[in-house]
Amino acid sequence: MSNASANIDHSDKLSEDEKQLVRPPLVLNQREMGWISSYISSIVEGKTPTWWYVSMAITVPMTLMCLLLLGYLISTGVGVWGNNHPIGWAWDITNFVFWIGIGHAGTLISAILFLTRQKWRTSINRAAEAMTLFAVVCAGIYPALHVGRVWMAWFLAPVPNANAIWQNFRSPLLWDVFAVSTYFTVSVLFWYTGLIPDLATLRDRCTTKVRKFIYGVLALGWRGGNRQWRHYEMAYLVLAGLSTPLVLSVHSVVSFDFATSVIPGWHTTIFPPYFVAGAIFGGFAMVLTIMIPACAIYKPLHDLVTVNHVDKMCKVILLTGSIVGYAYLMELFIAWYSANPFEREAFWYRAFGPYWWAYWSMMFCNVISPQFFWFKYFRQHLVWVWIIVQFPNMGMWFERFVIIATTLARDFTPSAWGMFHPTWVDICTFIGTFGLFTTLFLLFIRFLPMICMFEVKAVLPEADPHYGEDHH
Amino acid sequence: MNAVGNTNAPVYGVAAEFQCARDLYHAAQKIRDAGFEKWDVFSPFPIHGMDEAMGLKRSILGKLVFFGGLTGFLTAVTMEFGTSSFLYPLIVAGKPTNLFTVPAFFPVMFELTILLSAFTAVFGMLILNGLPRLNHQLFNWDRFKKVTEDKFFVAIEARDQKFSTRSVSDFLESLGATNITTIHGD
Repeated sequence: MSNASANIDHSDKLSEDEKQLVRPPLVLNQREMGWISSYISSIVEGKTPTWWYVSMAITVPMTLMCLLLLGYLISTGVGVWGNNHPIGWAWDITNFVFWIGIGHAGTLISAILFLTRQKWRTSINRAAEAMTLFAVVCAGIYPALHVGRVWMAWFLAPVPNANAIWQNFRSPLLWDVFAVSTYFTVSVLFWYTGLIPDLATLRDRCTTKVRKFIYGVLALGWRGGNRQWRHYEMAYLVLAGLSTPLVLSVHSVVSFDFATSVIPGWHTTIFPPYFVAGAIFGGFAMVLTIMIPACAIYKPLHDLVTVNHVDKMCKVILLTGSIVGYAYLMELFIAWYSANPFEREAFWYRAFGPYWWAYWSMMFCNVISPQFFWFKYFRQHLVWVWIIVQFPNMGMWFERFVIIATTLARDFTPSAWGMFHPTWVDICTFIGTFGLFTTLFLLFIRFLPMICMFEVKAVLPEADPHYGEDHH
Repeated sequence: MNAVGNTNAPVYGVAAEFQCARDLYHAAQKIRDAGFEKWDVFSPFPIHGMDEAMGLKRSILGKLVFFGGLTGFLTAVTMEFGTSSFLYPLIVAGKPTNLFTVPAFFPVMFELTILLSAFTAVFGMLILNGLPRLNHQLFNWDRFKKVTEDKFFVAIEARDQKFSTRSVSDFLESLGATNITTIHGD
C-alpha cells in the first residue's frame, strides 16, 4: 500500500517506462472517505426511485408465479413437470446446477481474491456476495422440491426415519445436502460479517428513529475500535480461508452427483475441475450482468467500479471460458480414446443427435463468445461487455441441460431411450426463479449498502498510516 | 473541556479526535509508550500496522477456530461411523462400513469441519469483541458518529491505573488531538 501511495504522490518524477508500471488507481477522481460514505449511503437513504418500483412491478409478479407453481407442484405431484423415464432429472437439476454455479463467482471474489490480495475486489465483493446468496436461494428450491413428496424431505437430515433407517453417508446426494447447506450458511456468515461496519455507518447517519433502531440492532453495536478490528480482521481472514476450499468443494460435490454414477457421459474424472471452472465462468458473467446496469443507474459508482474492474472480470471470464472449452474438447477426446462404444455413442449423440441445438449453442456461447475478450476494445466498452456476457449466461444453462438431458436420454439399452419435453410449469417456474433472484437483488440495493464502504476506504492512499511520509 | 453523557454518572474515560490515519497511528505509538493499558483507537476501517502501534498481540481467534473445526470433524466422524457401522449397519454395493469407507465419508467430514470453523470464527469474533450490545458510553458523544465515516478517535478509559481526567486530556492535547471530551455514562 505504501508503494501505491508513493507512486501516486510522485508520478511526475517517474520516467516513461516507470509510469507504465504504475497501477491504475482503484478509486477514480480522488474521492474522499466522506464522499464514499455519503454517496453509497445516500442510495439507501434517499427517496425510492421510480425505476425501482417499475422493476419490482415486473419481478414481484414473476416471483409470485414461481411460488404459485411450486404450490401447484406440491399439491399435484412432480408429474406437472416434464420429468419422465428415463429422464428423471431434467430442468429441475439443470436449473439447480445453473443457479448454484452462478453463486460461485461471489465467493471467488470475496474469498479467493481476498487471499491473493487483489485489492480491486473491494468495490464489487458486496454485490457479488449478495448475488451468491440469492442464487443459492433459487438453487435450493429445486433439489428440495424435485424429491416429489416435499414433506418427506426431512429424510435427508441426519436423523433416523420412521423405520429407524439412517442415511447413506456414502451417497453423493447426501454429500450434496451437506455441501449446499454449508455453502449457504457460510456465505450468509461471510456476507453479514462484511456488512457489520457498514451497517454501523448507516446507523450513525440515521435521522429517523425507526431506521436508527433497525440499523442499530443489525450493526450489533459496532464501534470501530482497533481492539475490535483486530478480531474482526482475523475472522474475515479465517472465513476467506475457509470459503476458498469450500467453494471449490461445492461444485465438485455437485459434479459427483453425476461423476460417481456409471452412466456414459457422466462417469468422468474431469468433472470436478470442469464444473468449478464453469461455475466461476457463469458466475462472473452474472456479476457483470447485474453490476453494469446498477452502475449505469448510479453513475458516480463508475469511480469505484471502474472500467479497469470490468476489464479484469472479463479476463477471468476469458480464462475460465477457455478452461471450459478445453474440458469440452478433452471430454470428446477421452470418449474416443476410451474405445468404449457407449462413451463414444454418448458424445456422438450429444453433438449430432436430436439435442444437437443445445450442444452447439453451448459450444458457441461458452467457447467462442468469450474469445472476444482477447481484445481490449470488447473488455472496456460496457455495452459490448454486457452483450457478450449474456452468452455465458445462456451457455452455462445449455451446458447443464446437455449434461443432464442428453445423457439420460440415451444410455445402454434402446428400450430405455427417450426424449424430454418441458411442460409449461417447467418453463414458468424457471422464469419465476429469475423474478425471485432479481427481486431479492433489488431489495438488497434498496436497503443495504451495495458497495463495501469500509474496505474501499481502506484501499485509498490516505488510509495508509505512512501516507505522505518519505521513507519507503 | 467538554463533557457528554450524564455528568452525575461515573466517568467512562476521555476521548479525542484525530483527522487522519497517520496522526492516529503515531498517537497510538505514544500512548502505548506512555504505559496506558485500557484504551483504544477508533477508525472507519482497519489500519494496517495498528496492532503493533498499540502493542497488541495477534488475535487468538485463529486458535479457537482450530478447535471449532476439530469439533466439526469429530462430529462428522462420529455421525458417519456411528450410524453406518452401529445404529444401522449399511452395506453399499456389497461393501460394509469400515476403514476403507473413509474416502466416501470424506465430503461430509470436510463440510462439517468448514461449517463449525465458520461458526466459531463469526461468533467467536463477536464474543471476543463483546458484541452484540445495544448501547455504549461512547455513543453519548455525538461527534463519535463520524467514526464510521471519516474521522479517527482515541479513548482512554477511567479504569486504567494511570487515568486522571486532567493528565489524560493534557497528554492527548500534547499529541495534537482535537475535541478532547470527557465521556460519562448514562
